[in-house]
Amino acid sequence: MPRRVGRCRYGVLAAMSWMAWTAPSATFFVAVLLALATLTVAEVLRPGQVRRGLLGLVTTRGDRFFISLLSGAALHVMWLAATALPVWWASIAWLVLLVVLMRWG
Amino acid sequence: MRRASNWLLWGYCVYLVLPLYWLVTMALRNNQDIVAGLEVIPANPTLANFAEIFGNPVWYQGFANSLSYVVLNTLISVLVALPAAYAFSRYRFMGDRHLFFWLLTNRMAPPAVFLLPFFQLYSAIGLFDTPLAVALAHCLFTVPLAVWILEGFMSAVPRSLDEMARLDGHRLGYFFLRIFLPTIRGGVGVAVFFCFMFSWVELLLARTLTGSEAKPIVVVMTRTVSASGMDWGVLAAAGVLTIVPGVAVVWFVRRHLVKGFALGRV
Amino acid sequence: MPERRSTNLAWFGVLPVVLVVAFSAVIPLMTVVNYSLQDIFDLNTRVFVGFDWYRETLRDPRFLEALVRQGLFSMAVLVIQLPLGILVAKGLPKSGWRASFMLVLIALPLLIPWNVVGTIWQIFARPDIGLLGAALAGLGVDFNYTASPVDAWITVLMMDVWHWTSLVALLAYAGLAAIPQAYYQAAALDGAGPWEVFRYVELPRLRSVLIIAILLRLMDSFMIYTEPFVLTGGGPGNATTFLSQYLTSMAVGQFDLGPAAAFSVLYFLLILLMCWVFYTLVMREAHE
Repeated sequence: MPRRVGRCRYGVLAAMSWMAWTAPSATFFVAVLLALATLTVAEVLRPGQVRRGLLGLVTTRGDRFFISLLSGAALHVMWLAATALPVWWASIAWLVLLVVLMRWG
Repeated sequence: MRRASNWLLWGYCVYLVLPLYWLVTMALRNNQDIVAGLEVIPANPTLANFAEIFGNPVWYQGFANSLSYVVLNTLISVLVALPAAYAFSRYRFMGDRHLFFWLLTNRMAPPAVFLLPFFQLYSAIGLFDTPLAVALAHCLFTVPLAVWILEGFMSAVPRSLDEMARLDGHRLGYFFLRIFLPTIRGGVGVAVFFCFMFSWVELLLARTLTGSEAKPIVVVMTRTVSASGMDWGVLAAAGVLTIVPGVAVVWFVRRHLVKGFALGRV
Repeated sequence: MPERRSTNLAWFGVLPVVLVVAFSAVIPLMTVVNYSLQDIFDLNTRVFVGFDWYRETLRDPRFLEALVRQGLFSMAVLVIQLPLGILVAKGLPKSGWRASFMLVLIALPLLIPWNVVGTIWQIFARPDIGLLGAALAGLGVDFNYTASPVDAWITVLMMDVWHWTSLVALLAYAGLAAIPQAYYQAAALDGAGPWEVFRYVELPRLRSVLIIAILLRLMDSFMIYTEPFVLTGGGPGNATTFLSQYLTSMAVGQFDLGPAAAFSVLYFLLILLMCWVFYTLVMREAHE
C-alpha cells in the first residue's frame, strides 16, 4: 500500500525509500556533487590549463580530481584489507593526497 | 608462412563449425535417439522438436517477449545516441572527455554489479516483469555502445559538410535529418546491429527482471532444462532458432560491418 | 578540416543519453553504496554497520579465490585469443565472395545468445552424448568436465576461445585492411621476410586496434557469467566460479543485500580502475 507523502501519491520520499539512504552515504554523495559543481564554476570563471605534473600524465583539473577520487577509493580498500585500525587514518591520508594531486599532480 | 596460416585458418573454421553442426544434428533427432547413442549423421532426422516449439505457447511467447524488449531497447538506444554522438563528434564542450569516459565505463561494467539495485528499482516503480524494464536495463551497455559506434562513423564525415550546409542556410535540424543522417546510414545500421545483438544475447539481467509474464526465450531455455529433465532435442532446436535473428540482422549490415570493426568500436 | 567548435550548447545533444544512463547507472550505484553500509533485514529494519561488510568481503576466502581465478582466466583468455585472432585475421582472404562468406562465418559465434553458447558446448563436450567428449573417450582419454576441475577449466577456456576469438580476428582484420599497399612494397624492396613484415610493418600499425581488442576481451572476460553458468554451474566444487557467479549467488540466491552490495562496489571499483588505465592508453595513442 503506497503511503501518501505530501501531495503526490508516490512522493519523492516514498519512491526513494527503497534506496535505503543513510546520513553518511548521503553526505558523501552531496560532497561529490558539490565538488563537481565547484569544478564547473571554477572552469567557467578561470578555465584551467592542461598540464603535465608529478604523475607524468597530461591532465586537466577534472582529470586530477577523478584520479584523486579513484586513488582514494583504492587507498581505503587497501586499508580495510590490511588492517583493523579505524578508517579515519586512511581518510586523513587521502585528504593529504587530494591536496597534493590537485596542486602538483 | 602462407601455407601455415592457410592450414590454421581451415583448422579454426572446423573448430568453429563442429559444435554448431552438432547442435543442428541434435535438433533434428528425438530424445530417445540422442540418449541411445552417437550418430555423426542423423539416421532418421525429424522436425518434431521444432514442431514442439512452434506448438507450445511457453516457447513462442518467449520468442515474442525477447523480440519485444530487444526492439524497444534498440529504438531507445539509437534515438538517444544519435544527438549525443553528433555533439561528441562536432563540438567541444565542458566535461566532454569525462562524459565520454563515464559512458564507456558503463559498457565495461559487469551486469552482476547492477543486479541488486535494478531488481529493487524496477520493483519500486512497478516495471518489474515487463519488457520495458529489460529494455531500460540493457540501455546500461547498449547506449554507450551506440554512442561510441556512431561517434566513430560521424567523425569520419568531413566537417566541411556541416559548414557548407550552414552556408546554404539550412537549419541544424533539417541538415541533421535530411543530409547528415543519410550520409551515415551505414553507421546507423552497424549501431542497430550491435544494440540488437548485445540485448539479444544477454541473460543475467533479462532473467532477474522478469517473472512469468515477460519471460524471454533465453530464460525459458534454462528453466526448461531444470524443470522437466533434459530434453536435449528441444533445447537444441530452440538454440538453433535463437541464432536465426542474429544471422538475419548481420545480413543487412554485412557490407558495413568491417568498417565498424575498423573503427575498433564494439 | 575545420576544428571542432567549442560550445556548451552541445550539452543539449548529450542530455538524453545522460538522463537514460543516469537512471540506469547512477541511481543503482548510489543504492549499492547505501546498501553496502547497512545490515538490511527489510527496507524498514536496517542497521548502519559502517565498513564492516567491506572488511568481511576482503577477508572472505571464497571472494579472494574467485578473484584469483578470475585473474588467471582473463590472462589465459588474452594469451590464447590475441595471437590466435591475429593469425586467423592474416589468413582471411582480402576480397571477393570468399571473404564475405568467411567473415559471416567468423562473426557467427558472436551472434549466439550466451546461454546457447553454454548449451552448445554442453552437448558438444559431454562424454555421453557429445561429439568431443565421445571422441576423447574413444581415444582413451578420461575426459569429464563435470567431475574434474582441470577438464572443466579446459572446456570453459575452449568455449571462450570458440566464442570470442572471432572478435579479435575481426578487429585485427579490419586493422590489417587499413594498411596501405605501399608499406608492403617498401618492405619487399628492403628484402623483408614474412616475419619482418609482420614485426615492423603490420604490428606497429595494428597497435591501436590491438589495445582496443585487449580492453574489450579483458573487460568482457571479467564479467563472464552466463556461459559457465550453463556449462558447469561454477563447478565442480567452485573450480569455475568467477566473480560474477559468486556475486550473483550472493545477490539473487541468498539475497544478502549488505555483503552483496559491498562485493558489487569492490568489483565496480576494480573495473573502473582497469578501464581508466586503458582509456588513458588509448587516448595517448590517439594524440601521438
